Amino acid sequence: MLHVDVFKKLGDFTVEVKFTGEGRVTGLFGSSGAGKTSLVNMIAGLLKPDRGFIAVGNDVVDDTLAGIHVPPHRRRIGYVFQDARLFPHLSVSQNLHYGRRMNGVAHDHAHQDRVVDLLDIGQLLMRRTGQLSGGERQRVALGRALLMQPRLLLLDEPLGSLDSARKAEILPYLIRLRDEAGVPMVYVSHDPNELRRLAAQVVVIKRGHVAAFGDADSVLAEIAPQFVD
Amino acid sequence: MFDISPAEWTAVLLSLKVGLVATLVATPFGIAIAWLLARYHFWGKSLVDAVIYLPLVLPPVVTGYLLLLTFGRKGLVGGWLADHLGIVFAFRWTGAALACGIMSFPLLVRPIRLSIEAVDRRLEQAASTLGAAPWKVFLTVTLPLALPGVLAGMVLGFAKAIGEFGATITFVSNIPGETQTISAAIYTLTQVPDGDAAALRLVGVSIVISMIALVTSEWFARRATQRMHGT
Repeated sequence: MLHVDVFKKLGDFTVEVKFTGEGRVTGLFGSSGAGKTSLVNMIAGLLKPDRGFIAVGNDVVDDTLAGIHVPPHRRRIGYVFQDARLFPHLSVSQNLHYGRRMNGVAHDHAHQDRVVDLLDIGQLLMRRTGQLSGGERQRVALGRALLMQPRLLLLDEPLGSLDSARKAEILPYLIRLRDEAGVPMVYVSHDPNELRRLAAQVVVIKRGHVAAFGDADSVLAEIAPQFVD
Repeated sequence: MFDISPAEWTAVLLSLKVGLVATLVATPFGIAIAWLLARYHFWGKSLVDAVIYLPLVLPPVVTGYLLLLTFGRKGLVGGWLADHLGIVFAFRWTGAALACGIMSFPLLVRPIRLSIEAVDRRLEQAASTLGAAPWKVFLTVTLPLALPGVLAGMVLGFAKAIGEFGATITFVSNIPGETQTISAAIYTLTQVPDGDAAALRLVGVSIVISMIALVTSEWFARRATQRMHGT
């Protein structure tokens, strides 16, 4: 469960969002510039809300009234960025193990094999990151976030920089991830189709505010009826 | 021509020792300063910047004289160090290393600062979401990505340290075997009637050392670009 109730002023723009995500995947829908990434950065701890409260399960990670702001490295929230952000000086395998090493988690071969199989990245392990295609980069970034054994996974338009063929290639992995990995996810997208296939609930964000919130099918039917059968 | 005499070898080896020690001791400070200048805005930043670059524009004699006043046996810092820690700079090779370290500091800091500025902050954010505390982010992401710049700075600083003349001779004089580096030896040889051949040999040696340093520094700079692109 994810509780978010935050206020943040960014220049002339304000983000003021309140919702409680309960399903396995909470979708954040909105056009670019709506404030989705700022919101996700606040959940990750990269951006500090001016006022508000964020809790993952029963664990409060931000509470401005109580003076709580847990830094990102202690939140254990996996973050998959639109631009993957793999470490260029490390191999694919070293990238995958980075989070595990930083968190001092013992090497769990079974877990690693599961993640590597799930994402089909076994043949990439020894490569340099510069030699990967866009879709491969995103799969490695997903694996890297999963291997740190996060309690929540943030996916900020992970398909945003891919063409439609690559999107179709990655989407099945995301569905498998949702069904098999057992990690709750926040999935950011401006594509109603992706959200319809992945998310149980959808929060619609418009100019920094919640415009609609509810179960995916009904919210998307209202916002973008042309995408719903 | 390249029949280098033992006395000349002494000067060459002393130069290498002074340059190496100066560079190795200055590098951690150089990284810290470069990182501060690259990443933070603080009150007095332009002053810090100016002080670091000062040795580049001041007459070396002035820097040397200031070092003598500060780190000489009767100097404020030098006296204290000699009395309490037994560290003496005046007229010792350690003093030559100090002078070289300060004179080469701007050349050491600049490439490090540029390479830290070039590191993608978004990668550091990614590292922190993966559980790395700020100091671990620095050691595992920032520094490795800036490493070619650090090495380039070290090579340039070393080359400058090896060739340093004015500040060194002012601060620690020109004592064969103790403070007489290549530059000081060449200077001495040009002052005596038949020193030309020996001076030319040392000139050859310093050209070779400088060329090697420049080529190495270029190579590290090229590596930096490759590293940023993950190839």
